[in-house]
Amino acid sequence: MAITDRAEAPVAASTLQVLAPDGAVVPGARYPFELSDADHVGMLTAMTVTRRLDGEFVNLQRQGQLALYPSCLGQEAAQVGITSATRDNDWLFPQYRELGAFVVRGVDPAGIGHMWRGMAHGGTGLIEKCCAPITIPIGTHAPHAVGYALGAKFDGVDTVAVTFIGDGATSEGDVHEALNMAAVFQVPCIFVVQNNHWAISVPLSAQTRVTDIASKAAGYGMAGVRCDGNDVLACRVVMRDALLRAREGRGPTLIEAVTYRMGAHTTADDPTRYRSEGELELWRRRDPIDRYRSHLVAAGIWTAQHEERATETGERAAKRLRDEVFDAPMPDPLSVFDHVLSRRSGELERQRRQLARETGRDAT
Amino acid sequence: MVEAINAGLADAMADDDHVLVFGEDVGRLGGVFRVTDGLQARFGQRRCFDTPLAEAGIVGLAIGLSMRGYRPVPELQFDGFSYPALDQVISHLAKYRNRSQGAMPMRVTVRIPSFGGIGSPEHHCESPETYFAHTAGVRVVSPSNPADAYSMLRESIAGDDPVIFLEPKRRYWSRQDLALPVTTEPSDRARVARPGSDVTVVAYGAMVRVALDAAEVAERDGGVSLEVVDLRCLAPLDLDAVLDSVRRTGRCIVVHEAPRTLGLGAEIAAVVQERAFHSLEAPVLRVTGFDTPYPPATLEGVWLPGVDRLLDAVEQVLEP
Repeated sequence: MAITDRAEAPVAASTLQVLAPDGAVVPGARYPFELSDADHVGMLTAMTVTRRLDGEFVNLQRQGQLALYPSCLGQEAAQVGITSATRDNDWLFPQYRELGAFVVRGVDPAGIGHMWRGMAHGGTGLIEKCCAPITIPIGTHAPHAVGYALGAKFDGVDTVAVTFIGDGATSEGDVHEALNMAAVFQVPCIFVVQNNHWAISVPLSAQTRVTDIASKAAGYGMAGVRCDGNDVLACRVVMRDALLRAREGRGPTLIEAVTYRMGAHTTADDPTRYRSEGELELWRRRDPIDRYRSHLVAAGIWTAQHEERATETGERAAKRLRDEVFDAPMPDPLSVFDHVLSRRSGELERQRRQLARETGRDAT
Repeated sequence: MVEAINAGLADAMADDDHVLVFGEDVGRLGGVFRVTDGLQARFGQRRCFDTPLAEAGIVGLAIGLSMRGYRPVPELQFDGFSYPALDQVISHLAKYRNRSQGAMPMRVTVRIPSFGGIGSPEHHCESPETYFAHTAGVRVVSPSNPADAYSMLRESIAGDDPVIFLEPKRRYWSRQDLALPVTTEPSDRARVARPGSDVTVVAYGAMVRVALDAAEVAERDGGVSLEVVDLRCLAPLDLDAVLDSVRRTGRCIVVHEAPRTLGLGAEIAAVVQERAFHSLEAPVLRVTGFDTPYPPATLEGVWLPGVDRLLDAVEQVLEP
C-alpha cells in the first residue's frame, strides 16, 4: 500500500508562495522586487542548466560510466532559490542531491562526476567554492554546519552556514542534536529541509506525524518557515529573511521547502514499486522551471535568446561532464594511502609497498 | 594526572586562542573529574563552554569548528557515553581529510575518561579503544602517567590529526613530581617503562601500573626480569619497541582491560609472530578482561587483569 496522501494534497495555506503553478504572481505575495532582471535570468539559467546536467548524469550512469547517481529532477527551484540568495563565502553543507546548489556556486561538474564514477570520495572542486564534500550518511553533516557557524560567530564575521537535508533526515538523531545546539548557541546556521515527500520508498506520513516539518522549529526555539519548494521566488524570499536573521545575530532558521522528487531515489531505485503515476502527474503540473519561465516570459524578462543561451550553457556543462568522466582512467592505486593521517605510519608504508608490488608501481 | 591534563589544556589554550574546550559539565563545574577546573574562569565562556547533552553533536560541532580553523578539544564525559558519537568519529572525523583530498585536516582532540577500576556503575568503565583503533584516519593514544598525559595532550592538540585521547580514570589521582611544561617521547612511539630480560610485557593506560607492580613482585619473589613496554599510542600501532624487546627476551605477554577476543592483544600477537617468529621461545599470551559485559563494581576486582593473572601468564611462558 502506497501512502501518498500528503504528496497529493494541495499546497497548504501556511506555505509561502510567490508564484502560482501557472506562473502568475499570487495575490498579496511578498514579491522579491529587489531582484534585477539579471538576477532572474541567472536563476532560471541555473535551473535550466541543472536539469540538463542532471539528465546527463543519469545518462552516463545508464551507459555504465557512473556507479550511481541521485537525480534532483523537480527540486531545481528549491536548490537554486536557496543558494542564489547566499554569498559566495557562506558555507554550504550538502547531502548528495544538491546539484542545483553546485551549479549556482560554479562547481565544476567534473568534480561531482568523479565522485559518482568512484574516483574521489566526496567530490572534488567543492571546497574551493565553500561547499563541504558531498555527504551520503543522512543528516550527520548537520552538526558540522552548526560547528562552522559557531566558529563564524566566534570570529565576529557575518558568514552563514547552510545545511541541506531532506524530510527523511528529520528523523535522524544527529539532526535533532544539530537543531537543538544551533538554537542554544544562537548560531548563524540555516537548515534547509527539502521535503520531497519520499525517503527512498518511505513516504513522509511514515516519517513523522506532523504535516508541517517547519513547525518542528518551535520545539527548538528557532524560527521555522515553510515555502513552496517548486517556487523559486518563494525559496529566495524565505532564504533572504533567514540569511538576514543569521547575519544580524538573531539565530538559526529551519526552512521547509515543499517539493517533489520527480526521479528515482537513485539510479538503483525503481519508484514504480511504491508510488503512483497519478501523483507524478500532479507534480508534473507544478514543475518549477515551467512555472518560473511562464512568469519571466510574461514579465518580459526571459526571451527566446535567453532560452537559447541557457540551453547552450547546459549543453556545455553536460559536454564538460561527459568529456571528463567518460572512460576516465582509474586513479593511481597508491593514492588510497594518501590523506589517511598527516603522515604515514610504518605499517601503512609496508602496506603501500605491497600494493605497489601488486600493481607494478614504484612505491618511492 | 588530573592536574597534569588540566595544565596541558590551560597551556594549550594560552598558547593558541584557537584551542576550544567544550563538552558536558566542563564549564562552570570544571568537569565531573575536575579536569577542566578553572578553565572557563580563566579563558572565558567562548573558550571553555558547556554543551547540551549530545555526544554525536559534540563531535559534529568539533568537526565544523575545525573546518573553520579552530582546534577543538571536546570532552565525552565517560567511555560508555562515547558510543553515540562513534558514527561521527568513524564516518566523518576519521574520513574528512581523506574525503577532502587532504584539504580539510581535522585538528580535533577528543578526550574520553576511560577504562575501569574506579567502582562506578555500568557504562562508566568501558574499554572502547578497539572500536576507534580499527578506524583508519584517527590516532588513538592513552597515557599511563602524568608526564605523558601532559606531553601527549599538548602534542595531540598542536598536531594535524584527529586524536582519541583515552585517559585512564583509575590513574587520575596518581601523583608525580613534575616541572611543567614537560616533553616526553613523541606520542606515536612506545616506550620501555622498565627494562628487563626474561619476558616482554606490553601494556597501556592503567595496565602499565599493573605490569610494573607485577615486575616488582617477579623480580623480588622469583628472580624473573620483566621488561614492561608502555604502548602509549594504540593507533596507528608502532610496534618497533615491542619487537626490539621481544627479540631480546623471546617471550611476550600483552595486557589489556578490554575483552580478549579481537582486542589489541590479538593484533599485537599477530604482528609479533609475523615479524619476530624466530625469536619466540613461547606462544604470545594475552592477559585481559573477559568476553563479557563489564561486571558490576563489586566484581571488577576479580574481573580486571591484576598482578596475579599476569604472573600466572609469566609462569606459563617460562615453562620449559
